[in-house]
Amino acid sequence: MKRFIIIGATSSIAEHCARLWIAEAPINLTLVGRDASRTKSIADDLKVRSPGSAITVVSGNLVEPESIQRLVNQILKDGNADCALIAHGSLADQSACQQDLALTAEELSINGISPVLFAEAIANSMVRAGHGTLGVIGSVAGDRGRKSNYVYGAGKGLVARYAQGLQHRLAGTGVTVTLIKPGPTRTPMTAHLGDSGPSLADVAKVAATIVSGMEKRRNVVYAPRRWWVIMMIIRHLPRFIFNKMDI
Amino acid sequence: MKLSSWGRLSDDNYPATVLSREIGNQQLTPSDNGETSIVYGMGRSYGDVCLNPGGGVYLSNGLDRLCSFDATSGELICEAGVLLKDIQTLFSAKGWMLPVTPGTQYVTVGGAVANDVHGKNHHSHGCFSSHINWIRLARTDREDFVCSPTKEASWFNATTGGLGLTGIIKEVSLNLRRVSSCWLDTETLTYSSLAEFSQISKDSEDDWEYTVSWIDCNSRKHNRGIFIRANHSQSGAESTPTKSRLRVPLVPPLSLVNRMTLTAFNQAYFLSQKQKSGMGKSHYQSYFYPLDGILDWNRMYGPKGFYQYQLVVPYESGMPAIKAILHEIAVSGQGSFLSVLKTFGDAPSPGLLSFPMEGLTLALDFPNRGDITLQLFRRIDAIVAEAGGRLYPAKDARMPAELFTAGYPHLPEFLLYRDPGLSSGFSKRVMGW
Repeated sequence: MKRFIIIGATSSIAEHCARLWIAEAPINLTLVGRDASRTKSIADDLKVRSPGSAITVVSGNLVEPESIQRLVNQILKDGNADCALIAHGSLADQSACQQDLALTAEELSINGISPVLFAEAIANSMVRAGHGTLGVIGSVAGDRGRKSNYVYGAGKGLVARYAQGLQHRLAGTGVTVTLIKPGPTRTPMTAHLGDSGPSLADVAKVAATIVSGMEKRRNVVYAPRRWWVIMMIIRHLPRFIFNKMDI
Repeated sequence: MKLSSWGRLSDDNYPATVLSREIGNQQLTPSDNGETSIVYGMGRSYGDVCLNPGGGVYLSNGLDRLCSFDATSGELICEAGVLLKDIQTLFSAKGWMLPVTPGTQYVTVGGAVANDVHGKNHHSHGCFSSHINWIRLARTDREDFVCSPTKEASWFNATTGGLGLTGIIKEVSLNLRRVSSCWLDTETLTYSSLAEFSQISKDSEDDWEYTVSWIDCNSRKHNRGIFIRANHSQSGAESTPTKSRLRVPLVPPLSLVNRMTLTAFNQAYFLSQKQKSGMGKSHYQSYFYPLDGILDWNRMYGPKGFYQYQLVVPYESGMPAIKAILHEIAVSGQGSFLSVLKTFGDAPSPGLLSFPMEGLTLALDFPNRGDITLQLFRRIDAIVAEAGGRLYPAKDARMPAELFTAGYPHLPEFLLYRDPGLSSGFSKRVMGW
């Protein structure tokens, strides 16, 4: 059985990716989450869907570097993972961050530093094993900073630049790194946006795009794919136009 | 967010809260201004049982997890937002299926309970709630609790078929059944009078699990139709057919269903089915869910949407009533492609407001042509009331309160169990809250 790991398993996008993976064939899957009981209810669901899969739940602190190393060591002590998805994140309240440095630091840590540390720890194991597919969830928000969510965007931007460097380092090895950039997706994380925000993509479709992109070993996956075009335009808008936009 | 029901008669904006396993009853308390909500699942009911003009909605798509499955007994415990489609797809591969399913699999388990849906095997398997072990109900005014036919049974009876008004259905334990095959052996027959339909129905009851018939509601001369009966095949190992994915891509500016297309369609459909008379084989997806093969089929009724009208009348007074109703419709020139005539068996429904009762049920859809459509309904209402029948709330967008009250004698008892934090367009319209 192939070995899969999901960090931040309570992420809705990650949960739907897991449903797709287990639908193909039974797998060995480790779910890592901060909240043990929430992670367990996801594991229960996946077990009903795929009784042949071996699913374990590991919980712990996802921010402290030492805890991250310990978690990864624990998970990988029985061998390398064929596929890992790093999915956790928190949609920061931008205006609250502007008033509170501690909150800003926390958001940067959970959206930026923590995924990078997990990726680094897992990538090293994959390099030793000589193969593996590592997916890291960034965001379209990481492509260009804008006033409505630049703290979140900065964390995700950090992930993007890190993934780019790791791809450079691992080029020519058997390890693939896929940077995933979801657009706004209908999940509990975006539930409060209601109708004021952009139209939200269906989480099952976003997950399908991610799973197929990782399987094809793409470097960057926009999900839904149209965000590639949208972000291409937004990244290249001249500043004098961009600064007049209320986004 | 903007929400419609399947009839597309309205398109209002609602404040929406996504339900999740973690949400407790503190978060379900009605807002300060007394605004009440209703759970919205897939929006597949036709009228306003899933809508709530002037109020809010809870979305059940966050409750989409399976909790456990017992491969010996067939007991499946799942959250209320799980789709019947997911259950059918996942478990039919292992030889298990839902014992009762409505004509679309794009509905949630919670919606199936709240509307106590029925299927083509009502005469042999009863309705959806006949196969439920227990329901976990979240109330806006008390902690979550479990009700079943033996524990808190009065809550169970109020909640099955209770239109989502007794609390929020969070989790359900239901029994799947073993099936010998995902394929069905079918037999297609034609009939040219209601007496003939009645005879075929009676003859089919013992030996055929599934029965359904399509009736030509535009023919003034005689009540002709197609009767299809089926059983699960005994041989199991056959492949799943490739899915055709048709979709009505946009809303046409006018209803494609009108007097001209109707007559032509009904004629063509009757003749094409007549050609297929005799024995055949059909996959469960095309037999149970023929319309699921055309995504967004409700768009073909154009921007004004459509009404569905489903009634049941007791056997004794039933045939003359059905005949009179079909006559009214044929004379009016309104009516539908998709008229379904079926018998309900004598299996009792536990739900206080469950729709099925022993008798004849007729389902029709009508393009919304405003007043002339509503006038036709009033004429049919009178025939239904006279025959001691009732209408199906899940399909309804306009029945008058008196018809509802007359058709559902357990209503006063049901009202004792309503959740004060919940209401729907339907409850406001026919119950006044």
